[in-house]
Amino acid sequence: MIKEIASIELPVHENLSIRKTHLAPFVDGGEHKRLSLVTGIHGDELDGQYIVYEVIRRVQEHPEYLAGEVDLYPAINPLGVDMAIRAIPMFDLDMNRIFPGSEKGVMAEYFAAALTGDLYGSDLVIDIHSSNIYVQELPQIRVNEQFEERVMEYARGMNTDIVWVYSSANALEATLAYTMNTLGVPAIVAEMGVGHRINRAECNQMLTGIFHVMQTMGIWTGPVEEVRTSLVTREGEVSVIRCENSGVFVSHRSGLGAVSQGELIGEIILPMEGRVIQEVRAPHDGFVFTLREHPVVYAGDLIARIHGGMYE
Amino acid sequence: MNKEIIYTLDGLYRDPFQVEGFRFGQGNRSACIVGASRGNEIQQMYICSQIVQALKRLEEQGDIVNENEILVIPCMNPYSMNVGKRFWPSDNQDLNRSFPGKADGEVVSRISHAVLERVKGYNYGMQFTSFYMPGDFIPHVRMMETGYQSASLANLFGTPYVLIRKPKPIDTFTLNYNWQLSGTNAFSIYAGGLEEIDENAAKQAVSSVLRFLTRMGIIRYRNHSGYIASVIHDEDLMSVQANLAGLWKGCKKPGDVVEYGEVLGQILDPYEGHVKGEIVSPTQGIVFFAHNDPLIMENTEIYRIIRRMHE
Repeated sequence: MIKEIASIELPVHENLSIRKTHLAPFVDGGEHKRLSLVTGIHGDELDGQYIVYEVIRRVQEHPEYLAGEVDLYPAINPLGVDMAIRAIPMFDLDMNRIFPGSEKGVMAEYFAAALTGDLYGSDLVIDIHSSNIYVQELPQIRVNEQFEERVMEYARGMNTDIVWVYSSANALEATLAYTMNTLGVPAIVAEMGVGHRINRAECNQMLTGIFHVMQTMGIWTGPVEEVRTSLVTREGEVSVIRCENSGVFVSHRSGLGAVSQGELIGEIILPMEGRVIQEVRAPHDGFVFTLREHPVVYAGDLIARIHGGMYE
Repeated sequence: MNKEIIYTLDGLYRDPFQVEGFRFGQGNRSACIVGASRGNEIQQMYICSQIVQALKRLEEQGDIVNENEILVIPCMNPYSMNVGKRFWPSDNQDLNRSFPGKADGEVVSRISHAVLERVKGYNYGMQFTSFYMPGDFIPHVRMMETGYQSASLANLFGTPYVLIRKPKPIDTFTLNYNWQLSGTNAFSIYAGGLEEIDENAAKQAVSSVLRFLTRMGIIRYRNHSGYIASVIHDEDLMSVQANLAGLWKGCKKPGDVVEYGEVLGQILDPYEGHVKGEIVSPTQGIVFFAHNDPLIMENTEIYRIIRRMHE
């Protein structure tokens, strides 16, 4: 069943709505859990579109296995998704920096408040993001250490390669996940792929995790696949490699994953001068879970994140 | 006047990105004035350019009081300015939401870090900035309630109003907030619009800065003493929102007095031109902010009114 969460009228004969698809068991067996899948807060992140579709398709194929509620919110920033723009188009405002919003606020804040209110009461919220167009991310779950105890069981069950527990000091308070957790609703953030693309294999990997978590919560009674053991990494175990000078990054890797100390990850070149200005090498053995995708870089741009080792 | 380069970043095919500063006088770090952090803050850059002009004249006349140094940074973000983009050209990050920044962080974080390190330690900091929604404010000085704010100091600018507002989580990444935490008395000044030069508002803004510098004994300058400001807080402002969408014909501007129940504007159907609805004032007061885009969507904040304020 498709339900409207909030709607506003646009200036020229059009309404803008955020909607959800509500899935519930045929037979109401009394108490049951509720999972909410949210995506499309950033308009350039599209993997969630396939994930939402596939969850609905699988549940519709076997409705008899559904023993709880699943709410799917495919486009929290519908104009952004439509226009392939990360932020809310008219305001150039990052929607994931305005939660919990305000019922009396302008469009973005009003939608944020409506979503926050609708998600309240969920037993788990999974906020599905892709990366942006600049870096590629291995499928991963991000957990704020402040809420680790509450959500770690779900995070580990999501079939991702990495669960990244990050420091509270770096948490952004106005994100959806932070807001829901502070309201007492367990929430995790899924990251994957790259902006403006759908990676079907990675989406299917994440879907295995979602159905596993649904089974753990008692929402799904059908068969599920085994999930992989996630590598749990923490702030001090992640080295962040940034470029030292502006140029063009050329990757020497065929993908993400294991890396050896000293291995060449890529080079930053100056095309007009025909020379390499920086060799980017792995500082230690580890696991590359973020890698530069967009080649043009300025000094300070992120090249890679590598799990492994211990850092200050 | 001494020109200095505060931060440089090599571009791939563009000239190096540079944040330039203009220093007047010498001695104690007395005052620092910062303009555009976004690429469309033309008015804010223009005001700073006019302050540079004024300070140049005053310095030549020997009217910068001994042992006082003033720094002006008209624009923190020339790369965005030159391509007509509000935020950072490549990844669209907001420089004024990246403070305090990190020396080894991402690009905008490095710029904000370098700027903050340079502007720290001044007694008084003034930033010309803008709002994310289209509209005009009544000229005012704004301070965040960090515990370090001083409304009585803000009063010395002689603008009609001083607004003290509670910071939201997102505000903690602004220059103003971090400047205050570093010990500088930091003020944000709202003067005129954004992408077009408003000469009258710019003149008022330049005067208010010179008035403040004079009153703090930093320069010798004689100008009108301005207003004794009304200090207002968030809760004194009433938001008026559109309950319909369409073409907006507002009939009030910042500074106008409105009465309870008075018509503030009309919303028209964009195709047929009939009046879909009228917006009436929910309070008596003075218009503090007025939306200025002819198209409005439902829920748009079209006015902010200082409640129960008489002229």
